[in-house]
Amino acid sequence: MLKISKSAYDFIRRHGEETYPHECCGVLLGQINGEGRVITSSVPCGNTRTDSPRNRYHIDPKELVRIQREGRDRNEDILGFYHSHPDHPARWSRTDLAEAHWFGCSYVITSVEKGKAVLTNSFLLDGTGEGDKHLDDERIEIAP
Amino acid sequence: MKILIPTPLRQYSDKQPAVEVKAATVGEALSGLVMRHPDLRRHLYTEEGKLRAFVNVYLNDEDVRYLQKEATQVRDSDTISIVPSIAGGR
Ligand SMILES: [Zn+2]
Repeated sequence: MLKISKSAYDFIRRHGEETYPHECCGVLLGQINGEGRVITSSVPCGNTRTDSPRNRYHIDPKELVRIQREGRDRNEDILGFYHSHPDHPARWSRTDLAEAHWFGCSYVITSVEKGKAVLTNSFLLDGTGEGDKHLDDERIEIAP
Repeated sequence: MKILIPTPLRQYSDKQPAVEVKAATVGEALSGLVMRHPDLRRHLYTEEGKLRAFVNVYLNDEDVRYLQKEATQVRDSDTISIVPSIAGGR
């Protein structure tokens, strides 16, 4: 289960509407505690895939390095990522799985239809390595 | 120097978010890391001993691929960040 603050949830959906018809992307940070993984902030990133922004995304690792370091200073860890699917269902694709390497982290996908955010689903990357990895459906709980 | 471990790899570093190593180069720092935490090896390197393509290694704010790769010299005050890549698409 992924617990996410209402503001972070609204933020990632709005981000998908803003970048429509291109994919948006960003990082989710928070803490792991007794209740599971709790997202307390979301950081928007640029999509470096300017060659194919309607159906591909990639976050500059330099941005990730900075977000990871700054998160550490605030006692927040990277626990997930988000991106949007413009005019496409909120399900992970073969590309999403092939490019997913953060085990134990959530991959949140929002479908944006005609510029409006529709569904937001989360998938947990599980497995022991590249050979047996898989994305599992996970419930999103929105905290007030 | 300090090596920052990303969340998915901390299960192989005794849950530590950062590991201190003594090293003169990036390569030595990474060897020191996998020597201390051997389970990390297969997640960072291929069977041929090359850093995996999706594993980014940054010395402070620079990608070591654009420096002298694993031969890049390091100082005690430097920080190495390991960040697996983030990408995908519908
Ligand atoms: Zn996708």
